Amino acid sequence: MSDNVGSIMKEGLWGQNVVFAQLLAMCPTMAVTTSGTNGLGMGLATTAVLVVSNVLVSMIRKTVSSQVRIPVFVVLIATLVTVVDMAMNAWLHDLYKVLGLFIALIVVNCAILGRAEAYAVKNGVVASAVDGLAMGLGFTGALTVIGLIREFLGAGTLFAQASNLLGPSFAFLEMKLPGYGGALLMILPPGGFAVLGFLLAGKRVMENRLAARAAEDDGGAQAVAV
Amino acid sequence: MLDLEAIREKIGYQPALLGVFALLASGALAWASGATGAAIAAAEAKDLRDSLSEVLPAGMADNDFLKDTVSVDRDGQAVTIYRARQGKDVKAALFKVAGRGYAGEIQILMAVDTEGRTLGVRVLKHAETPGLGDKIEAKKDAWIKGFDGKSLGDPAPEKWAVKKDNGVFDQFAGATITPRGVVKAVKGGLEFFAAHKTEITG
Repeated sequence: MSDNVGSIMKEGLWGQNVVFAQLLAMCPTMAVTTSGTNGLGMGLATTAVLVVSNVLVSMIRKTVSSQVRIPVFVVLIATLVTVVDMAMNAWLHDLYKVLGLFIALIVVNCAILGRAEAYAVKNGVVASAVDGLAMGLGFTGALTVIGLIREFLGAGTLFAQASNLLGPSFAFLEMKLPGYGGALLMILPPGGFAVLGFLLAGKRVMENRLAARAAEDDGGAQAVAV
Repeated sequence: MLDLEAIREKIGYQPALLGVFALLASGALAWASGATGAAIAAAEAKDLRDSLSEVLPAGMADNDFLKDTVSVDRDGQAVTIYRARQGKDVKAALFKVAGRGYAGEIQILMAVDTEGRTLGVRVLKHAETPGLGDKIEAKKDAWIKGFDGKSLGDPAPEKWAVKKDNGVFDQFAGATITPRGVVKAVKGGLEFFAAHKTEITG
């Protein structure tokens, strides 16, 4: 195992971020990021499923032949999500009323199958669990950031209704900009595309600057050596 | 020692593997469904009781209205009506109506007293745009409480509409279709109650 926990986490959170680098899972990204709270809820639910699915796929990776691996993984993930959906509905009913909408959407999240295919099928159980956690948290972060920006521009609030999701003790997160009605467009689908586009462009510019600076430093070091 | 690598490539292995996984998946689903069924039903019954109590003002009923039901036909579909009583007299009827929103059906629960006035209206389920149409939820906006005390005569039938359509009910900035659907559904519910009043209170 060449990957250590730190590098897996870094890849998941930034380098290979599901949304900002791999551009996977665009459907849930666009659909639920109308507020920071929704983005956070969807992200956390997806993270939980992603960790378990990565562990299961990694456990069965030696028995599953490459010819039928896709249908096996699809059945596995769909079953897992359905069981999680039913269990939450039964035993965490209050949370289910808030998150229930998102759970079913996780089945069609291609990032889950993507990680099974790209990582868990080739790696050990522990590394796969860490990868699931890292990718899930990266996804959560991306969704929360997009959600917060859209919510702030579109409705003038931050983390509205967060206490419904996280419990009353998190009510302090909820903020409202007084006297700003919001630009409706940002809540509607075009706002999602616009925010994602600007964030992607921003990430690209930042990476180019970093690369340029690194190259400059290299050049300087070489000049000294010469 | 079995050579898994070699067996894995055999043609017979593929359907067998798929079969085993399909079986395991169905087994897991059947087990989960059995294990959660009772708890889900209990949670949903509690939800129903909570939402019924929410549309019915406190002290209106001294019976268990979840069990005192009557089924009335509405355009070929049976509507379950929960009856709130004080002593022997029916004081209010609670039932569900459905409206067409911007994104599919909006399920609404309403309570009507024997005079045909609404006591309370709540949205149970909807798929309206978050941040726009979801202001019909009591949790997010007080708009839905504007129906309290309204009846078919007050406001006049032609005023049972959103302000944009010259009615008395507010619409939301950016969402007219959603409140329009709710207003229409509540009005329809009152008409339904008026048409079947004897059946319901009888």
